[in-house]
Amino acid sequence: MKRLLKPIKDVGIVGYGAYIPMYRIKDEEIGRVWGANGFPIQEKSVPGIDEDAATIAIEAARNALKRAKINPQEIRAIWTGTESKPYAVKPTSTIVAQAIGATPDLDAADFEFACKAGTEAVQTAIGFVGSRMAKYAMAIGVDTAQGRPGDHLEFTAAAGGAAYIIGEKSDETVAYFEGSYSYVTDTPDFWRRQHEHYPRHGNRFTGEPAYFRHVINAAKGLMEELGYTPNDFDYAVFHQPNVKFPLTAAKILGFPMEKVKPGLLSGIIGNTYAGATLVGISAVLDIAKPGERILWVSFGSGAGSDAFSIVVQDAIEEKRDLAPKTWDYINRKKYIDYALYAKHRRKYII
Amino acid sequence: MPAMQVSRYWRHFKEKYRLAGTKCKKCGKIHFPPRQVCNECGSREMEEIQLSGKGKVVSWTIVRNPPSGFEYYKPYPLALVELEEGPIVLAQLTDVSEDEIDFGMEVEMVTRRIREFSEDGIILYGYKFRPVLKTSKD
Repeated sequence: MKRLLKPIKDVGIVGYGAYIPMYRIKDEEIGRVWGANGFPIQEKSVPGIDEDAATIAIEAARNALKRAKINPQEIRAIWTGTESKPYAVKPTSTIVAQAIGATPDLDAADFEFACKAGTEAVQTAIGFVGSRMAKYAMAIGVDTAQGRPGDHLEFTAAAGGAAYIIGEKSDETVAYFEGSYSYVTDTPDFWRRQHEHYPRHGNRFTGEPAYFRHVINAAKGLMEELGYTPNDFDYAVFHQPNVKFPLTAAKILGFPMEKVKPGLLSGIIGNTYAGATLVGISAVLDIAKPGERILWVSFGSGAGSDAFSIVVQDAIEEKRDLAPKTWDYINRKKYIDYALYAKHRRKYII
Repeated sequence: MPAMQVSRYWRHFKEKYRLAGTKCKKCGKIHFPPRQVCNECGSREMEEIQLSGKGKVVSWTIVRNPPSGFEYYKPYPLALVELEEGPIVLAQLTDVSEDEIDFGMEVEMVTRRIREFSEDGIILYGYKFRPVLKTSKD
């Protein structure tokens, strides 16, 4: 039984763009307030007071447009995957569409599947374009993730995102999709109920039956369907809730550290949730050479993983300099203390 | 926010979200905010143009006692920015500290949250300016 997801027409990435807010807080500083030590990452990104999932998505989308060099009026869908929608009811994608000048001839919706929502949007865009329903579709993964103050998650929950414009494979695409595969089960490892501010998680239950089971099976399933082994890939980007999990998954699958490192940013920007693998892939595309193959595996609690195999094309050389690179945003940083962080995260009632 | 006010803001989303201006087809003058009649030659033949969002700080102040809906953002810089196409825009600066702002500082437009009226009201988004992002190409 064929498990590989592949559209009738080959599709690729016409343009991509990332955005990471400039503020950072060190885990050490969070630990100072809550009396903790031994941290999962070094530091994480914090949104500015005037930033949210919509504004981050807008800048990422503008960067993707610069690289795609297309008229935004040709985009027939914008889908934003996020669990930090500015509105509980009212789409984020319409705000993005309006801000980049893509309205009104398009479809728009927000996707939710914890940290996997961004790659859900990518899967859908592949089908939309690959069936020739539309010429271009934009998929965005973005979050301004919140952890309950003092909870483990507060040390990693970060902000950032990336946008991908999907189009039919051509000389204009910077990379094309060889195929994708999704692996989903009902596993309640992390959730947030309606009207709750913060998510709850199953502590150690989030590891083995959740992250590892889905990431490993998705990666294996895709490689089996395509007839590849880790040796066939030049890079691998795994969902990165911390640094340990993706490195362990890589080890289990047989990927050496050097293939994982370029797309592993969680140690210095934190877990950008639905944005995490999309930002990791953008960092890899910023340096990859034509012909190189990348394995891309997301994970979303609840739970599931999407796996993609993409091959970099010649157009990357000409297009990567048309917009700021992922590291331009990582290098632009300003440290804040916990008091300012609390203001940025709107913890004060005034 | 009363529902009546939503339409007042919605009408200006194009200029607020992405700095869409107008250009006089007759004399070429560029306007922001958009105008229906050219204030240079009086022509009504206008076309919509997308402004680049690049500009320079002409002058600025720091707002420490903001009006309602802006309280959480204080203190924040408010500046006159001369766009490279000519118009001068009054806007907030963002991602910058007070001591970094200077006359002639090069800035670029970003779309950010501008104002919120209450927990259950709409969120207004619009243009702000930040120091031009340094990239590895520079």
